[in-house]
Amino acid sequence: MPADVAIEVEDLRKDYGSHHAVRGISFTVRRGEVFGLLGPNGAGKTTTVEILEGFRERTHGRVAVLGMDPGPRPVALRERIGIVLQSSGLYRHLTVREAVSHWSGLYHAPRDVEETIALSGLDAAAEQRTRTLSGGQQRRLDFALALIGDPELVFLDEPTTGFDPAARRQAWDTVRSLQDLGKTVLLTTHYLDEAQALADRVAIIKNGAILAEGPPGELGSATRRYRVAWRDADGVAHERETEDPTPLLHELTGAALTRGEAVRDLSVAQPTLEDVYLELTAEAAE
Amino acid sequence: MSEQVLDPVRARPQARSRVAWRHAAWRQYRLERKMFWRNPSAAFFNFVLPLVFLALFGAIFADQQDDLEVIVPGIAGLSVMSTTFSALAMNLTYLRESGVLKRIHGTPLPTSAYLAGIAGNAITNTAQQVTLITIAGSVVFGLDWPHEWFALFVFVVLGVACFASLGVALSHAIPNFDSAPAYVNAVFLPVIFISGVFYDEDNAPEFLRWIAEALPLKHLIDGLSGAMVSGEGLVDNAPGLLVLALWTVLGVVLAIRGFSWDARRG
Repeated sequence: MPADVAIEVEDLRKDYGSHHAVRGISFTVRRGEVFGLLGPNGAGKTTTVEILEGFRERTHGRVAVLGMDPGPRPVALRERIGIVLQSSGLYRHLTVREAVSHWSGLYHAPRDVEETIALSGLDAAAEQRTRTLSGGQQRRLDFALALIGDPELVFLDEPTTGFDPAARRQAWDTVRSLQDLGKTVLLTTHYLDEAQALADRVAIIKNGAILAEGPPGELGSATRRYRVAWRDADGVAHERETEDPTPLLHELTGAALTRGEAVRDLSVAQPTLEDVYLELTAEAAE
Repeated sequence: MSEQVLDPVRARPQARSRVAWRHAAWRQYRLERKMFWRNPSAAFFNFVLPLVFLALFGAIFADQQDDLEVIVPGIAGLSVMSTTFSALAMNLTYLRESGVLKRIHGTPLPTSAYLAGIAGNAITNTAQQVTLITIAGSVVFGLDWPHEWFALFVFVVLGVACFASLGVALSHAIPNFDSAPAYVNAVFLPVIFISGVFYDEDNAPEFLRWIAEALPLKHLIDGLSGAMVSGEGLVDNAPGLLVLALWTVLGVVLAIRGFSWDARRG
């Protein structure tokens, strides 16, 4: 495994009885990268991440996390990773500071407690009991507890599911600050905008298989089509997809000018990650 | 300056060693103690309630030495069971279902150090209770001081091991935290009533006595009673010790085999 690779997954499979939750996926996450596993619920995202975290055993395939096999949960690996689970409880009767401070004692070389509380945006809540925290604040504490061991690699499993927009933006800022610290991040999400906003590279996963992989901006280029939409003089809406919008626009605007009319509500859009995502996942569903 | 070369911070991550086991277990124990006193329900059931029982039944049977000699060791046995069996079954179900266990499982904390901290917390509660009940029995209710201190110690230790492991085992069978009190009390309440906590079980109907005979609590109470009241040593209660030991083996096997770090969703 080259030194700049944080996670390597090769032909990973996971069966639960006759159900194939993960069907032979492969991907590589480089150090310092935010890698997004994007897919609908039940796609196999959490199963994949929990195999990498050492919580579940794989049925088949080769997996290396920071050069180690996570299967036997080596302490050396747990020292170097931070985990934000999809949902996990807290000690209700501790304050934020007490919880972060206790967690710091679990690691050999932890980060500074106060600095980690500040980084997670919990200064104001440091003396609060964890059971009194809002959903967004609890998520910040999840981040703080995942970061306190000063991990090289952070797993975030659907970090903003169920959040209001303001809390999501705050969580996004925290993820960006992880990247600024040079951490490698493996993120799962079923929100397209989240993958687009945070991930350097995205793998779209559905029914346990990866359908496409690449930087969010380039994922659309595989099917480079433009969507041209406008409204004619009678107010009727039109929409047409084309490989090259130039002749269509020429024709549209030329005809309108000849008749002395205006082309209203004209828009030319490139396929977004959302279009690609919907197209891919719809095809797979058929 | 050879010290600089050996600086462990500079040597990481290759030489990153781990936190010493005893430090990890001790920190977990201290944390559990802190949280215990902050949790009103845990503090009530594990600390206040057995003492309330003792005060009430002691007041009711204030002048009846025979009854007090049944009640005091009976309440001591009840405390051993409530501080270990009930407390651990409830606590572990909550920790598992809320995801605290899984979160801890993802850290470098050794499993054994974590469980040692949790068990240490329960053992501290048991020791406090048995000590308070023993003192109250002598000072308040005028019973003799325990005749067989060593037998008392051995029975408390074996009782803790037995009921702690059975409590952990029971938590595996509890599907969610809402139903935990029902599961725990469905076992705890009948067992304390048929095992002679509040009365001499010789007065109970025969079929209940046979059931109690097969369960561990009656034998724990007999052992405590022998040590505290009648001066019977370990040899006198050897069959009871054997029953307790068998339940302990069963409890440990079930506790380890069914252990799950993950909540039972779906």
